[in-house]
Amino acid sequence: MNGGSVVAMIGKDCVAIASDLRLGSQAVGLASNFEKVFPVNDKLFIGLSGLATDTYTLRESLRFRVNMYRMKEEREITPETFTHLVSSTLYEKRFGPYFIEPVVAGLPDATPLNPNPKPFISTMDTIGCITTPKDFAVAGTATDKLYGVAEGLWEPDLEPEDLFETISQTILNAMDRDALSGWGAVVHVISKDKVVTRYLRGRMD
Amino acid sequence: MAVPGGGAYSFSLTTFSPSGKLVQIEHALAAVQAGATSLGIKAKNGVVIATEKKNPSLLIDDSSLEKVAVICPNIGFVYSGMGPDFRVLVTKARKIAQAYWKVYGEYPPVKVLVADIAAIVQKSTQQGGVRPYGVSLLIAGWDSHRGQSLYQVDPSGSFWAWKASAIGKNMVNAKTFLEKRYNDDISLEDAIHTALLTLKEGFEGQISEKTIEIGIATTPTSPDQMEAKSGERLPPTFRKLTEAEIRDYLAL
Repeated sequence: MNGGSVVAMIGKDCVAIASDLRLGSQAVGLASNFEKVFPVNDKLFIGLSGLATDTYTLRESLRFRVNMYRMKEEREITPETFTHLVSSTLYEKRFGPYFIEPVVAGLPDATPLNPNPKPFISTMDTIGCITTPKDFAVAGTATDKLYGVAEGLWEPDLEPEDLFETISQTILNAMDRDALSGWGAVVHVISKDKVVTRYLRGRMD
Repeated sequence: MAVPGGGAYSFSLTTFSPSGKLVQIEHALAAVQAGATSLGIKAKNGVVIATEKKNPSLLIDDSSLEKVAVICPNIGFVYSGMGPDFRVLVTKARKIAQAYWKVYGEYPPVKVLVADIAAIVQKSTQQGGVRPYGVSLLIAGWDSHRGQSLYQVDPSGSFWAWKASAIGKNMVNAKTFLEKRYNDDISLEDAIHTALLTLKEGFEGQISEKTIEIGIATTPTSPDQMEAKSGERLPPTFRKLTEAEIRDYLAL
């Protein structure tokens, strides 16, 4: 319907997540500032590609649930727990699902028991079946193209700058081969002490 | 109105007496004070909860009595007061724990479960047509957020965290005893022995593995104790001690 794609990648002690900026109605482009990646907390982001109205609905419903979690538990939700929360939220609508394929990317906080947590990404289908890849996760109308480029460009243990370059080239080149994704992209690179957000210019045709 | 036992205010559960008390809740607390002694001690590397298990008749098959209940792999309950009320709360707690697992893919932190149970207990002090629960609970458990913890929930629905506490018939003596014995870096092994000693203090009759029950929460020491191998479950952090284990602790 509205088009759009999301991709997330694991690096060395960092993760990156990116989306395109197009909002369309079938083949007609409507907006070039429609971000599909939203912050959950300081080191956790979720990308919601699919039907635009459901992107908003799900973002608000997850915001509610995460805020309630934060108050009840007096702590931030971990990427892994958040993935399960998204999954159960989607499965609640098992027989009339949100038309959304989410991608989660986050850096878990260090705890005494787990001083060196690994960067985390996960993705789900529209009814919440979880996959937790060790390399990258893709979703949206350019899924197949993203897979192709990511398979070719991604390598293990990329530093934040190299990870940015890799994920940017991946989404730009995949978008160019998909009519329903494009019109620029946004990239977030999450590392231990900061999140870097950059906007990429893409082909406008 | 000037009737012994609280007078006009003692029947309606939700009517405050002029002095600001809810008399039925005080009576529920009295039911707890009449119950068998239970106690809990938080140690450096775990928590122990223990209770007396009095068998009213020789003819009762004591294998059917259970006073320490496992709620989920990281949390356990023990109680003083009315057995049937306890079992209702255990059933509710288990359901809450499984519902939490269904949403978050992990079991609830101790404080979250305690707050949920306390909310249920509180409801029964305000709702029409019910009586308060006649139990106090000691809740022991471990979670990755707060580590090991020990909570008490009362019939009023209030709850606190303890380093060590006792409830039931002998609670005043037991608490004084615990105050003397407790220190902040007690080990779980020492805590189990202290628990046994405290129970022994006020024990009528012979203490044995048949007449007490013990549950322990243990703190995992390395991350791989928290990561489930595929197809396997995590080892539980809360478990009940077997009769054989209790016998060994008593022999020492």
